Amino acid sequence: MTTVEQRPRPRQVNRRPNGRGVRGWFGRQPRPVRAAVVLVALAVAYALPYVGSVPGIGPQIETQGIDWPSALFNMSYYVLLALGLNVVVGFAGLLDLGYVGFFAVGAYTVALLTSPDSDLKTHWPWLLSIPVAIAVAMLSGLILGWPTLRLRGDYLAIVTLGFAEIIRIFADSNTHLRGDRGFGGLPHPPGKYSDGTPIFGVRDATPYFWLGLSVIVVVILGIRNLDRSRVGRSWLAIREDEEAAAIMGVRTVKYKLWAFAIGACVGGLGGVMFAGQNGFMNSATFVLQFSILILAGVVMGGSGNIAGAILGGALISYIPDRLRGQQIGNLDAYEYRFLLFGLAIILIMIFRPQGLIPSRRRAMELKDRAKEVAPQ
Amino acid sequence: MNFSGLIHDLGPSTVAGLAQGAIYALFALGYTLVYGVLRLINFAHSEVFMVGTYAALITWGIFGLDQNSATPGTGAVIGYLALGILAAALISGVTAICVELVAYRPLRRRNAPPLAFLITAIGASIVISEFVGVATHRNIRGVPPLIHPATVVHFGNTNITNLQILIIVLALVMMLALDRFVNRTRLGRGVRAVAQNPDSAALMGVNKDRAISLVFLLGGLMAGIAAVMYVLKIGDTRFDAGFNLGIAAFTAAVLGGIGNLRGALVGGLIIGLFENYGASLFGTQYRNVVTFILLIVILMFRPSGILGESLGRARA
Repeated sequence: MTTVEQRPRPRQVNRRPNGRGVRGWFGRQPRPVRAAVVLVALAVAYALPYVGSVPGIGPQIETQGIDWPSALFNMSYYVLLALGLNVVVGFAGLLDLGYVGFFAVGAYTVALLTSPDSDLKTHWPWLLSIPVAIAVAMLSGLILGWPTLRLRGDYLAIVTLGFAEIIRIFADSNTHLRGDRGFGGLPHPPGKYSDGTPIFGVRDATPYFWLGLSVIVVVILGIRNLDRSRVGRSWLAIREDEEAAAIMGVRTVKYKLWAFAIGACVGGLGGVMFAGQNGFMNSATFVLQFSILILAGVVMGGSGNIAGAILGGALISYIPDRLRGQQIGNLDAYEYRFLLFGLAIILIMIFRPQGLIPSRRRAMELKDRAKEVAPQ
Repeated sequence: MNFSGLIHDLGPSTVAGLAQGAIYALFALGYTLVYGVLRLINFAHSEVFMVGTYAALITWGIFGLDQNSATPGTGAVIGYLALGILAAALISGVTAICVELVAYRPLRRRNAPPLAFLITAIGASIVISEFVGVATHRNIRGVPPLIHPATVVHFGNTNITNLQILIIVLALVMMLALDRFVNRTRLGRGVRAVAQNPDSAALMGVNKDRAISLVFLLGGLMAGIAAVMYVLKIGDTRFDAGFNLGIAAFTAAVLGGIGNLRGALVGGLIIGLFENYGASLFGTQYRNVVTFILLIVILMFRPSGILGESLGRARA
């Protein structure tokens, strides 16, 4: 009598991620459901200007001291900047304290090409100046990158900070860049309604928000695909261990330059949007505190994670705007907005050091680090 | 480009640069000490400095001195200066320890990534500067004329004032004292041990947390003294006075080799000098451009600063 050996069957490979929480649930859904969820989220985002008409919580969300569409537009370019900085800091692990420099380069290129105040006298339309602005921002990223990317960590941080300061000082002092007087009469994006009134006017910021949101969606698609490509894997390797990556044949300087250039592009794009909505800009916009704010947003949201960068970027713009025109007790909350904001940053980082929506891989790196060090 | 101006003003620029550089050097010590031990940029250090400026002014205010009062007699001036320096150093030191307790220690317990420390430090910096801003209604506060600038030494077109001498001498004395403290005393040895290897130091019986608090205290004391010299030199202060000076001081620390005490002195003096040379060569508004370009050039050839990083000396 022969006994048939009961071999354990090879378990079916479960290709679906089995994480917990919302992200795990999302990963397990079939493709159409996922697409539907994304579409619904997008629809909600585009409907944000009308959130005030939702009974109950709607009016609580809206800002009081500044009109809600303008606050939304501010959030949109902060998110754009956070997304760009996330490529540099979150993906490639390069600490950039002078990100506002690229924002300034983008905005100034637009101003020089389009404004009637500019000495170039080119009077280009806004749309035409976009590719030039992005190209110049990218070029400035490469120019900053090539001498400095061999530096490590904090040395790179101070050099990037210096770069932003140099740009700000030139904008402040150079007669062609007009310093405090700034550039006025910047053209708005093109487009007219059927009755002849321009879509992008000065009174209602809603179309600008929609434009910003659309740009954000395109940027997200771009950098998400990049992150999943060879470039993204190289960034990851460089971030975790630069020497090991170099030994394994990753061309570290080349991919770090890539990160800088792409970050600069997105930053420049943020500048373009800002210039297109405001119609006026001067050197006071580009103070260093601004870059530090964006960095705080990226890390607070969850460095290395696109969703985290979006949340962080939106928060750093939303919290101060929401406090505008508010009374807490008999104190003017707007006066205390940055005080409260600083406290919020400290509390968030103490209770969630990996950020509000951490990148899964970064959370694992953090766990590894915790195991390595001796308990204290 | 104004070369003849530079040559003509070489003497005065050098003296002014050395005095400015001495302040930067003392200020930079706080960055370099914390970096040497924790390997973190202490972003809140600029606010520690700013708090020091107010501590000195409020102390003098208690004695009824404000920017309109007359210069008191010599004996009284020495007393007021000593009191102001003491108050500023103490308050700055306490502020620095508070920053450590609130913004750094909870994160150290949780093994947070380095970037998280940077962000809480930024948060602490915003909180302190905004708190002072709200409390002072964001006004500029003037300094009582304790020292009447008078030329003491004089050769060619170079005048050295009593204030400049005071600043340079005081800074050098404090740096020497700190250097001896870190290199010669038992507490200093503990700090160096933690800088070399925190875990081994803890195993050898060094109280790690206390050593780290001590580092913050030392940095704060130095910043407080720098703050008094700054208000005497500039003549006023504001809630955001620390920010730009902090950037220059941090640049100085990096230039000299961050984590290296003597590097802070070298870096501070170089930044002070080149700021002034740059100002007479290209115009005042471009002086920071000169320092940053100098920084980039030096880092290209010496990627870890002029003297290299070492607080524990055993670090490569």
